[in-house]
Amino acid sequence: MIMREITYRQALNEAHAEELERDPNVFLMGEEVAEYNGAYKVSQGLLDRFGAERIIDTPISENGFAGLGVGAAMVGLRPIIEFMTFSFSLVAFDQVVNNAPNMLTMSGGQFNIPITFRGPNGPAHQLGATHSHATECLYANIPGLKVCTPATPRDAKGLLKTAVRDNNPVLVLESELLYSSKGMVEPLDVDLTIPLGEAEVKREGSDVTIICYAQTVPLALAAAEKLEDEDISSEIVDLRSIKPLDEEAIYNSIRKTHRVVIVEQDRPFCGVGAEVCYRIQKNIFDQLDAPIARVSQEDVPMPYNEKLEKAVLPNVDKLIGAVKKVCYA
Amino acid sequence: MQPAERDEVEMLSLMLLIRRFEERASQQYQAQKIGGFCHLYIGQEAVVVGAVAATRDDDYLITAYRDHAHALARGTSPDACMAELFGKETGCSKGLGGSMHYFDKARHMYGGHAIVGAHVPLACGLAFACKYRKEDRVTLCFFGDGAINQGAFHEALNLAALYKLPIVFICENNLFAMGTSVKRSTSLKQIVDRAEGYDIPGEIVDGMNFREVRDKLKEVVTSIRKEPHPAFMEVRTYRYRGHSMSDPASYRTKDELEKYRLDDPIIRLRAQLTREGKLTNEQFDNIDKQAKQTANDSVKFAEESPEPPLEKLYDYTYVS
Ligand SMILES: Cc1ncc(C[n+]2csc(CCOP(=O)(O)OP(=O)(O)O)c2C)c(N)n1
Repeated sequence: MIMREITYRQALNEAHAEELERDPNVFLMGEEVAEYNGAYKVSQGLLDRFGAERIIDTPISENGFAGLGVGAAMVGLRPIIEFMTFSFSLVAFDQVVNNAPNMLTMSGGQFNIPITFRGPNGPAHQLGATHSHATECLYANIPGLKVCTPATPRDAKGLLKTAVRDNNPVLVLESELLYSSKGMVEPLDVDLTIPLGEAEVKREGSDVTIICYAQTVPLALAAAEKLEDEDISSEIVDLRSIKPLDEEAIYNSIRKTHRVVIVEQDRPFCGVGAEVCYRIQKNIFDQLDAPIARVSQEDVPMPYNEKLEKAVLPNVDKLIGAVKKVCYA
Repeated sequence: MQPAERDEVEMLSLMLLIRRFEERASQQYQAQKIGGFCHLYIGQEAVVVGAVAATRDDDYLITAYRDHAHALARGTSPDACMAELFGKETGCSKGLGGSMHYFDKARHMYGGHAIVGAHVPLACGLAFACKYRKEDRVTLCFFGDGAINQGAFHEALNLAALYKLPIVFICENNLFAMGTSVKRSTSLKQIVDRAEGYDIPGEIVDGMNFREVRDKLKEVVTSIRKEPHPAFMEVRTYRYRGHSMSDPASYRTKDELEKYRLDDPIIRLRAQLTREGKLTNEQFDNIDKQAKQTANDSVKFAEESPEPPLEKLYDYTYVS
């Protein structure tokens, strides 16, 4: 099997095309997804290939078209709803948290909602407070939703394809900063799917476990390189899915390293790391040789100013500092 | 294809069943057998029954939280409806939905939605699916006058018009959203004008008159089946009871209520049928007796039904 190097954007594009091809119930809907080929060009060429009945432009009405998707899913279609960014999904919050995940329970099991909400999530570069939300902790809090956060082209393709086939509402939280990043992906004739709730060790190591996802994966890998120079060997565990969470993968790594740093792209208060941290101390406290450290955003609305934005975001230096602290180095 | 004409005596029986069912529900609520919120439809029966008489069983129906009648009109058993109010496993949503969240997939009743306005986009999705699959079903989307000032409602109307969806938006204008009269909530003189803003054809319908609801809707539905498009109906009606069981409705006058009670949809249809020699007093009394019996039986059924088992608590969060 000859792997190909493609971009994260291309990987997502392939996932759409393959799922649209495979299942006539799948359609893509969102702002600028059709004629404009996607705000970030993820849906490039899909309109030409699949036609206007399945690749559907919407007005700027997130609440409206997210709800339309949920309704269509009630009767068995499998919508992919693109949010131009998940910051705008907040306008559709009611549909995503109240309608999509509650329907199954409220109907006593009669209506499952096979829908995928996807789009870029998390801070990009100097977009300011309204456009920089990392929403994973908001959505992971909701029972009935599944949340995944691919960091590589391969994960993006495999997770999106799985999401579309899942019979529950799944959020695929992409990242604007990763769209142009490249990585190795199986050839086109491989039907690549990656299960939700399966983390991946992106780099093996023995001294410290760095738990990361989405934008913080490349950051963690970069930090690991530098730490190697100082003889600290880091194991990088990419969660890939926030919910369901692959706790076993986390614990397996900690049993090896006994030290943990969580580097997350969201905010500290009730952030993803808070939950992961709680579970670790509850379940394998005895394995820890040091308190768990977290690196996250600062707890402020995102400033526009470049220097200040940098100060708010996690970065390699902050991560290295945290690693050294837990290693008492 | 349009369905065969529904027998009017049968439709009158359905209206009576709904009323007797809700009267019983009201008593059970007062006896604290029913929890949460409970919104009664009494006075509005001609709206949903007229709609059901004008449409097919496989047309899609979705509504807000004042939903008991919509399920009953679609044929959900009174037993399952009462059991849902009691939170029992035999309820139409297995006791997990409650009064505001009735669902019946087999009868194309898509809820029972309690966030005001939020189900209107869902209705567009149902209609979208019909068009996507080239089916000639029509979606009936019911909501109150309170919903028309929600963003979701406006977004949905625009989408429906833009995508030419086969849907009828049915605004049950009972003049009040809780204690707020339409006059105090809405800048328009008449609600139907909301549709005009989206280039959706609309009309005003007398919701106390079963025949008018049925006939006007039939016309609209026939046109939609020929060529999919949205339509809007402002159906003028009245709820006799308070907004919910806890509301004494002191924001309106006794005179106003009396005026509508005299125009009762059940009395009206009964009078029409009697005048035309299609119904005797004795027949009516029998129908009513039957409705009361069915409602009483449903209470017994609900009381005797089991609670949903605790072991199933996590069974409805995700499907495999
Ligand atoms: C988004 C939202 N806001 C407020 C409420 C509380 N609430 C429940 S019913 C209601 C009034 C709605 O009235 P209307 O739409 O006219 O329907 P009706 O009760 O007359 O059937 C309100 C304000 C709610 N359920 N959802």
